[in-house]
Amino acid sequence: MLDTNDIGKVFDPTTASVERGRLSRFAKSIGENNSIYLDDAAAKKAGYDDLPVPPTFLFCLKMDVPKPFENYESLGVSLQKLLHANQTFEYYNTAVAGDVLTFSSFVEDIYAKKGGALEFLIEKTKVVNQKGVHIADLVTTLVIRN
Amino acid sequence: MVTFDDINTGDFLPVLSTEKISRTTLALYAGASGDENPIHIDIDFAKSAGMDDVFAHGMLSMAYLGRLLTNWVDQRSIKKIDVRFTAITPLYAQVICTGVVQKKDVIDGQEIIEVLVEAKDSNSDEIKISGVATINLSENRSN
Repeated sequence: MLDTNDIGKVFDPTTASVERGRLSRFAKSIGENNSIYLDDAAAKKAGYDDLPVPPTFLFCLKMDVPKPFENYESLGVSLQKLLHANQTFEYYNTAVAGDVLTFSSFVEDIYAKKGGALEFLIEKTKVVNQKGVHIADLVTTLVIRN
Repeated sequence: MVTFDDINTGDFLPVLSTEKISRTTLALYAGASGDENPIHIDIDFAKSAGMDDVFAHGMLSMAYLGRLLTNWVDQRSIKKIDVRFTAITPLYAQVICTGVVQKKDVIDGQEIIEVLVEAKDSNSDEIKISGVATINLSENRSN
């Protein structure tokens, strides 16, 4: 069971480097065929300093740590019961290959529905780059099926 | 790329249909995304969680929705994407991503478009993800 006392809990910030090879593998895995995401020259021609980070890849970089589910497990969440219910990205600037991003997350809310059969965990994450430029905010809603 | 004047409420975005999702798709996505939750790649783990088989990452289908949008507008004009995962996407699903313009407004001099986006499984016709993307076409080239 989750504990509402954990609302407001701040997780240790994590950092991730945006590697070009990783972006290429991700593009391939989602069937990307837009050259801006595959080819440096096309990205530069479009006005980017390097290959851009596609819209949902920030979520992946956030998980780019040795134990990506550790924070949730520390709150008592079991992976077997976990489902992703909602995801929001709010964008301020586009990250590109070579950037080093810092992810700062906290527990925004915890609540239960159906007499505790479903528990919800809302995590909010602010992403900034190595220059302190605000890249995006992520809001992740997880549901735990008890 | 489309311009604000080209767009009308009710317009459909060019549809994006994917290849069928195979176990290989999920293994490659798990590696590339870093989302190594075994429920998507290990049938034994999936069964221990009460599922019949592994199923697709919700974020894989959301990445397809991202492609739907960036095929249509410059990524730098996308201000917000907010989606709900309404059902699990099973193996062998072919994901069909659609978008329809539901709002077009000039707010504080900014050309704002709201698009209703959906990802469906063509096998079952069931909606797997639905949500809204907010696009500011005045910021097509801001970086």
